[in-house]
Amino acid sequence: MGNTSSMLTQYDIEEVQQHCNHAFTQQEIVSLYERFCQLDRNNCGFIPSDEFLSIPEFAVNPLSQSLLRMLDGFNFKEFIAFLSAFSPRATLQNKIEFIFKVYDTDCNGKVSFDDILTVLRDLTGQYMSEDQRKEVLAQVLEEAGYTKDSFLVLSDFMKVLKQLISSITCCTGILKFHFGKYVIRQVILGNSDLKMEAEVPVD
Amino acid sequence: MNSKGSLQSSSSELDLDRPNIEDYLPSGVAIQQEPRGKLRLHDLLDISPTLSEAAGAIVDDSFTRCFKSNPPEPWNWNIYLFPLWCFGVFIRYLIIFPTRVLVLTIGWIIFLSSFIPVHLLLKGHDKLRRSIERSLVEMMCSFFVASWTGVVKYHGPRPSRRPKQVFVANHTSMIDFIILEQMTAFAVIMQKHPGWVGLLQSTILESVGCIWFNRSEAKDREIVARKLREHVLGADNNPLLIFPEGTCVNNHYTVMFKKGAFELGCTVCPVAIKYNKIFVDAFWNSRKQSFTTHLLQLMTSWAVVCDVWYLEPQNLKPGETAIEFAERVRDIISHRAGLKKVPWDGYLKYSRPSPKHRERKQQNFAESVLRRLEEK
Repeated sequence: MGNTSSMLTQYDIEEVQQHCNHAFTQQEIVSLYERFCQLDRNNCGFIPSDEFLSIPEFAVNPLSQSLLRMLDGFNFKEFIAFLSAFSPRATLQNKIEFIFKVYDTDCNGKVSFDDILTVLRDLTGQYMSEDQRKEVLAQVLEEAGYTKDSFLVLSDFMKVLKQLISSITCCTGILKFHFGKYVIRQVILGNSDLKMEAEVPVD
Repeated sequence: MNSKGSLQSSSSELDLDRPNIEDYLPSGVAIQQEPRGKLRLHDLLDISPTLSEAAGAIVDDSFTRCFKSNPPEPWNWNIYLFPLWCFGVFIRYLIIFPTRVLVLTIGWIIFLSSFIPVHLLLKGHDKLRRSIERSLVEMMCSFFVASWTGVVKYHGPRPSRRPKQVFVANHTSMIDFIILEQMTAFAVIMQKHPGWVGLLQSTILESVGCIWFNRSEAKDREIVARKLREHVLGADNNPLLIFPEGTCVNNHYTVMFKKGAFELGCTVCPVAIKYNKIFVDAFWNSRKQSFTTHLLQLMTSWAVVCDVWYLEPQNLKPGETAIEFAERVRDIISHRAGLKKVPWDGYLKYSRPSPKHRERKQQNFAESVLRRLEEK
């Protein structure tokens, strides 16, 4: 074990960096590689979904199933590309594309009413009835100028989510939740910013 | 008060050792303030907070950190030092290791040749037999400690044998038990192991009053809870030792303490164990290695260095729940041994977290959506 980092040459790292549009520094890639090897316990080159679910903090996430579908059978390069949306160096475009992909379950480039409903179902569980969800969704879609039958494409997501950025109404507060070197940034006052970052611990 | 304590614990017998993470989750998570204003489409589509949390957990999480073996300090390869290092390997594997095997074998021979006759012949003299067996087990543990040149510093008063007290310690490896046992014959509560360890458990250690259980058997919990209560009441029983974490942690963190040990209505004596990693990492990563390989690893290193602190006995304060009490004792141990506290239940190594946590997140989200829908 121990020597996993030395298995990555600078060429490998540069290749991975190119693959993720330089969203991560070389140090971060080495750290992520160690993490990848740690989760890939059987050295099969990808992380089985079972292993992701053994991380309690991930398993309790309402969206874990959707994310697992996206993560299924990823090798290290794809794993990095997946995480690159959470890098502070990723553009807003990258982040919105990522969110779009979570909604677009069948990968046809269009998000239907049902797609959004599926994610909303994961997010609210038993605390909203199916009818309530449909009603809420139909209402907000209408107010934003869409109908129940319209398909949202990436540009719609861009438009809608960029409104979020421009409509800064309250002050932004960032809660830093320290855990050793482990920090999650969370937006505590909504309507402010699309803050989607996960900090990679670098030793 | 004590009788009341035992009454309470019999009623909550079944949820002895039930995970109860929500009592331990840092309050920081709950501070999240509610967004206000009318609900719009972008509020529904913006799933970034949830996604960031998930990605944060994928990149690094506090739970797996607790069970990560620490890689040895990289050896500084240098042409001058290399011969020295080779010399070290030579000594460790070809001189020290065989010597230690010899010491251990001699120990076993002495132990078995006196234990078996004592066990079989002194059937009528229970008291005498027990005290001889006790010292024999202590002696055998000293042989084990000698077999990895254990340099153990004990601080604080040595535990005495008296009813109504229970010792709790943080858990890094099975060798914790051996290290504590060589000073005082404790009766320990432990997971039943397979192989030769299991054989020792059911034969020799049974005689010092150790109690074995299977983590996954719900039925075992009841039996263990009953045995525990019976054990602490006996005046001549060996002091009880419990590792309330229920699993080995890498000696940098402490995971949640199971409340079982704290609802017996006894005085709780905390024991803190801290290993020094200069020669070898004493953490037993049971997923990666068997106990035999773990022992071999210890026996081929220079030495196992560790500190043991017997700390101030603690009692349940009036109005304190068993969980609060467990948490207070965990504070004391973590502080003394310099360990970080994490809220997770160590049993999550073997099972998935309960859906309750996810449901709470869902509830928060659903409530905020519904509330904001009404705002105009």
